[in-house]
Amino acid sequence: MRKRKIKNYIGLSISTISAFIGLFFLFWIIVSLIEKGFHYINWSVFTQNAVSPGDEGGGLKFAIFGQLEVVGLASLLGIPTGILGGIYLSEYGKDSFLSNIIRNVSDAMTSIPSIIIGIFVYALVVVPMGGFSVIAGSIALALLMIPIVISSIDNILKLVPNELREAAYALGAPKYIVIFKVVAKEAIVGIVSVILLAISRILGETAPLLFTSFNSNFESYKLNKPIATLTVTMYDYAMGPYDSWHHLAWAAAIILTFSVLLFNIASRLFSYWRFSR
Amino acid sequence: MKKKFIIIDFFLKHISMFFAYFTLLVIAGLFLVLYINSKDAISHFGFFSFITSNVWSPAFDKFGGLIALVGTFLTTVISAIIAIPIALGIAIFLVEICPNFLKTPIGIAIELLAAIPSVIYGFWGLFYLGPLIEKYVQPLFNSTLAKLPVIGQYFYGYSSSVSLFTASVVLAIMIIPFTAALARDALKITPDLLKESAYALGATKWETISKVMFRYSKSAIIGAVLISLGRAIGETMAVTFVIGNQDSLPTSLMSATTTVTATIANEFTEASSHLYLSSMYLLALILFLLSFLLIIGSKMFFLRKTGN
Repeated sequence: MRKRKIKNYIGLSISTISAFIGLFFLFWIIVSLIEKGFHYINWSVFTQNAVSPGDEGGGLKFAIFGQLEVVGLASLLGIPTGILGGIYLSEYGKDSFLSNIIRNVSDAMTSIPSIIIGIFVYALVVVPMGGFSVIAGSIALALLMIPIVISSIDNILKLVPNELREAAYALGAPKYIVIFKVVAKEAIVGIVSVILLAISRILGETAPLLFTSFNSNFESYKLNKPIATLTVTMYDYAMGPYDSWHHLAWAAAIILTFSVLLFNIASRLFSYWRFSR
Repeated sequence: MKKKFIIIDFFLKHISMFFAYFTLLVIAGLFLVLYINSKDAISHFGFFSFITSNVWSPAFDKFGGLIALVGTFLTTVISAIIAIPIALGIAIFLVEICPNFLKTPIGIAIELLAAIPSVIYGFWGLFYLGPLIEKYVQPLFNSTLAKLPVIGQYFYGYSSSVSLFTASVVLAIMIIPFTAALARDALKITPDLLKESAYALGATKWETISKVMFRYSKSAIIGAVLISLGRAIGETMAVTFVIGNQDSLPTSLMSATTTVTATIANEFTEASSHLYLSSMYLLALILFLLSFLLIIGSKMFFLRKTGN
């Protein structure tokens, strides 16, 4: 009996200790990020552009707006596509064999290394277009978004009770009205939560942008030209030799982390709201 | 009126169907594009000599994938060795030990940490953790583990701010929250009835956890671990910052090397010859197949029990 008790304490202590080690590491990241990076955030980071290499000062204005453009366009491409795909799985395909294959494949697609999506888009868009571009970066991010949106929308629409659909059909409503005016209306809070989650997932993606939207020093927001993004700029600056670049990279890291967390928390709030209604 | 309904319904059904099938198209397209572009490297070097050759020389237009593949394999395995016990500890703590009022806040904190982009982990590793490892861990290794016979050399090193070890630690920290969240969900599925029966038989808490809960959710936990490995294998930014990007096989934990993802991230846009580019496509193809098989495998393993 004593031996078992000792074993119990040892086992429980080890898991508690390892939990605290893990939690410590994770909070350490956030704390050290804020501690070392927060004082590099100032107005000029948001209002100025890069200065010539090695000079002090400068800012990330182009990178911030570039990021917004690429992510915004990716959302326009990826979210409607994903929502329609999810609607198909939940409302038309249901439990058919092929639908289940699509479910599994799109589930698996959310775990494919994002750099591979970057290479794929490089071969399919960048090479034929003859250069890096905003549109290529957005397509890469959209491809990352679509499977996430498809599986989440599928799951959310499935939670809408069937009685609602049946009631609408009984009133003589055609299927598309049932889907858009009854099912989607019922699930709207969940859909918003999925959209926010999908944006938070692609907001910090770097690898797929390396060979698609690339990077640029000339402030231009044209769709067929390369563009600076926060993530790629942060990577280039961090790997560069100048202290002023490193300071801007710290600022970029802080902006990026907090905007991703913001979207993620907003998505959670919507999803709690859905369950508490 | 009726006709209009039918037409709209028809279009909605087929457009949404197209987008659903689109994912299958993308997966097939991915494989095809990678395969077609890597064909030249395969026919020029041969698949098996490519993956066993440690020559990666743009100057002589000769390429082999061994260094990158070994780097990927080692970072994945070492990070898994570090991360999995800690992640399981967190999962056990969250499900069984933690007082109820702390479960939700800690759980949410861990999920939020899993949401932090990998580029941040890599950046943090380069500017914060790497220098600390060079300053504290490496002298510690040099004066202790490195003195051991035979295996000692694998711990010896100098100026190892960026190294196999740093990359593995950063990768481990990155996958801990992800693995912990999955393992927690896996442990949670054990029915209370089973746990209560174990306690009624006089089992201690640890016996209930290790003999009842782990046994019940074994396949789900293995699935969770495999998915985490899949994530570690394809991770780019967390590794690229801190692996050192050196085209040589690592001689110790503390030496700089490279991985498949780091090689592609650093050299893809600079490839000067067709064969160079094609070799990188081949690396990407291998990575794609490895991670896809890992994910599909774990899904099948996973689904077999939780599905019904």
